[in-house]
Amino acid sequence: MYQILKKEYLANNIWLMDVEAPRVAKSCQPGQFVIVKMDETGERIPLTVCDYDREKGTVTIVFQKVGASTEEMAEYEVGESFMDFVGPLGCASELIKMPIEELKKESILFVCGGVGTAPVYPQVKWMHEHGIDVDVIIGARTKDIMILEDAMRKVAGNLYIATDDGSYGFQGNGCDLIQDLVKNQGKKYTRVVAIGPMIMMKFVSLLTKELGIPTIVSMNPIMVDGTGMCGACRLQVGDEIKFACVDGPEFDGHLVDFDQAMKRQRMYQTEEGKAMLRRTEGASHHGGCGNCNG
Amino acid sequence: MEVDVLKRVPVREQDPKVRATNFEEVCLGYNKEEAMAEATRCLQCKNPQCVKGCPVNIDIPKFIKELAEGRVEDAYRVIGTYSALPAVCGRVCPQESQCEAKCIRGIKGDAVSIGKLERFVADTAREEGVKPEKAEKKNGKKVAVIGSGPAGLTCAGDLAKLGYEVTIFEALHKAGGVLSYGIPEFRLPKEKVVDCEVENVKSLGVKIETNVVIGKSITIDELLTDEGFDAVFIGSGAGLPRFMGIPGENANGVFSANEYLTRSNLMKAFDDSYATPIAAGSKVAVVGGGNVAMDAARTALRLGADVHIVYRRSEEELPARVEEVHHAKEEGIIFDLLTNPTEILVDDNGNVKGMTCIRMELGEPDESGRRRPVEIPGSEFTLDVDTVIMSLGTSPNPLISSTTEGLALNKRKCIVAEEENGQTSKAKVYAGGDAVTGAATVILAMGAGKAAAKGIDEFLSQK
Repeated sequence: MYQILKKEYLANNIWLMDVEAPRVAKSCQPGQFVIVKMDETGERIPLTVCDYDREKGTVTIVFQKVGASTEEMAEYEVGESFMDFVGPLGCASELIKMPIEELKKESILFVCGGVGTAPVYPQVKWMHEHGIDVDVIIGARTKDIMILEDAMRKVAGNLYIATDDGSYGFQGNGCDLIQDLVKNQGKKYTRVVAIGPMIMMKFVSLLTKELGIPTIVSMNPIMVDGTGMCGACRLQVGDEIKFACVDGPEFDGHLVDFDQAMKRQRMYQTEEGKAMLRRTEGASHHGGCGNCNG
Repeated sequence: MEVDVLKRVPVREQDPKVRATNFEEVCLGYNKEEAMAEATRCLQCKNPQCVKGCPVNIDIPKFIKELAEGRVEDAYRVIGTYSALPAVCGRVCPQESQCEAKCIRGIKGDAVSIGKLERFVADTAREEGVKPEKAEKKNGKKVAVIGSGPAGLTCAGDLAKLGYEVTIFEALHKAGGVLSYGIPEFRLPKEKVVDCEVENVKSLGVKIETNVVIGKSITIDELLTDEGFDAVFIGSGAGLPRFMGIPGENANGVFSANEYLTRSNLMKAFDDSYATPIAAGSKVAVVGGGNVAMDAARTALRLGADVHIVYRRSEEELPARVEEVHHAKEEGIIFDLLTNPTEILVDDNGNVKGMTCIRMELGEPDESGRRRPVEIPGSEFTLDVDTVIMSLGTSPNPLISSTTEGLALNKRKCIVAEEENGQTSKAKVYAGGDAVTGAATVILAMGAGKAAAKGIDEFLSQK
C-alpha cells in the first residue's frame, strides 16, 4: 500500500498529492510517469511525476478531476493509501540526459498549459539545480485556474503568464505569447518544451515549426499497463509507430500526428460517460436517459 | 463405473450456447469416480513414453497409479515434485502434442486423458487444503526472480524448496504473468486456480513484490550489488505486441490481443463493478490463429460480439490447440481461413468501419516447414467489422535487456541463455521462458524455470 502524506487543492479541480513510494522516489527522473491504481476494482491511471523527495521516499502527483476515477481519487485523504503505485515508467526527459555544458549553451522555453504545468515543474527545477536558467510560460484561460505559479517562479529564469481573458499577465494564449517573445521582444530560443492539452501542444508545435525551433512535447494517451505490453498508447510519430509508455512520453512535436492522437483519446468517451453516471446515479442508471447512448 | 479401455472417460463441459454468454470455466473436469475410472486405463508402462513427452518430466504413471487406487494426496505429492502449477498445466498444457501424444493407449484408441487427471488431482488437493512441502531449513542465499509468470513461479518454487530466500519482482499489480493478464477466466479461473497456485508458491516461503518494473524501478545490477542478491533469474516473458503495419491500424477499434485480453482478464473490464472500460465491439475480426487469437475471439463473443477469426493459412496450420479451435467453433466463432487483411477502413471520426482482406492459397513450404500462403490476385473483399484485434504474436520487452550491460541478445531480441541451466552471458544472471525463446507455451516456460533453478543451485552451491 502507498500512503498519501500530503494533499493540497491547487485550483480548477486540480489536486496535488505526495505519495509514499520509496522505490519510485529513489529512481524517478523528470519526464517520467507513474501508474496509480486506487483499489481492487480501480483503473490503472497514468500520471506524470511532478516532484520527488528521494530522502523521504515520496513522489508528488498532480491530477485534475475529469472523470469518475479522478473524482474518486480526489476523495482520498491524507493517511489513506492507494493499493498500487508503480514506476517510474517511460523515459526521462531528453534534456536532462544532455551534458550540462551543452545544456548551458541552449536557450530553452517551457510552455505549460493547465494541469501540464505539473510535469514541467520538475524539469525546470532540475535545470535550476544544475545552474541553468530557462524561460517558462504558464498559460491558462483565466487567472483563477492557474496552478503552481509560486513554485515555478522560484525555479524559472523568467516566468511569463498568459491568460486568454487577460485577467493576469499577457492577454492571449501560449502561442500568442511565444510569438510576442520571439517576434517583438527579440528572444531567441534554441528549444521549446510544451506540455499541456493535446490541442495546445499541437498549436505550439505548428508555430515552432514555422519559427524553426526544435520542440519536445509530452504525450499522455490512453494506456493500460504502461510497460509496452498493450500498445493502446501507440502514436504516429513521423513515419514510425511509437508506444508513448516505453518510447516516450516525450516526442518531437514536429513529428507527432496530433489529430490522430486526439481521436484516439476519445476512444472510451461513451464508456467514461457511463462510468460517471454509474458513480453519480448508482445502479439506478441503466441507460435510456437519452444522453449516454447507454 | 464401466470403462471402455479404448475410449477416454468423457469430461463434462458447459453447453456451448450457455457458455457463450458467460465467463465461467468451459470444462467442468472429472469427479472422483470418473477420474479413478480414467486412471485405470493407464497401462503403467515399464518404459513410459508419456514422461518423455512432458517438458518437466512428471512421473505420470506413478501419479496415475496413486489416483487409480484413490490416494489423491499422494498423487498430488508425486506431481508436486516436478511441477509448481499442476492446476494450471492440467488446463492449458497442449497435452495432445506432449504426454498424451506419446501414450501407448493412443496407438489403438484414445490416449489416457493425462491433462484432465492432473487437473483433477490439483483441484482436489486445493479443495482439501493440501499444501506443497516447505524446505526444512534456509541456506541463507538470496535469489531474485523477475516476473511472476510460469517461468518465474516455477524457478522460485524450486529454489525455495532447496532452501533459498527468493523474492519475485512483478511489474504489474498482480502476480501470475500471462496466467493473470493473458489467459481468460473461462479457460483458467483466476481466483480458484491462478491465485491459489501463486499462494502455494508463497507458502514455500517465496516473497512476491508487485509494482516493481525491473529496468526502471531498479536494475539487475542494483539487485546484485545494492540489494544483496546472489543470483537473478529473468522470466519476464514476451510481452511486446506486434502489429501488421497495414494502413488504418491506428484507428479506434484496433487493439492488440494483449490489450483486449488485459482489459478483460487482468482489469476485469467484463465486470461492471470494475472501473476499466473495454470497447467490446459488435462485429469483431481477430487476426491470427494461435491460442491467444482463440482467447481473444472467445472473449469478444462473450462480450456480445459476432466474431470472425481471420487467418492467412488453412485450418491444418492453425497453431492453436485443437481443443481451443473446437471450442471456438462450437461457440459460434466464424473462421475465415486463407484470408489476410490488407487495410483497415476508417471513418471520419477515426473509428474502424471495415477491413479489406485478400484470399490466399498455399504455395511451397517456407522455413517453418508450413506451406507459404500466397495472395490470389483480384480476390479482395471487405469484411464488415467495427473492431479488429491483432493477435500476431509477441516479442520480448526491451526494458530489461536495454538496462543490463553485458546481457547478450539474439537477432530476435531474445535473451541468449543455455538451455540446460539458463545461464546468460552475464555472471550470476539466468533466464528462461518466453524472454529467451520468444512466445511459446506455459509448460515450456516452466521447464526453463526448472532448468534455471537447477543451474542457479549448482552455481551457488559451488561458492
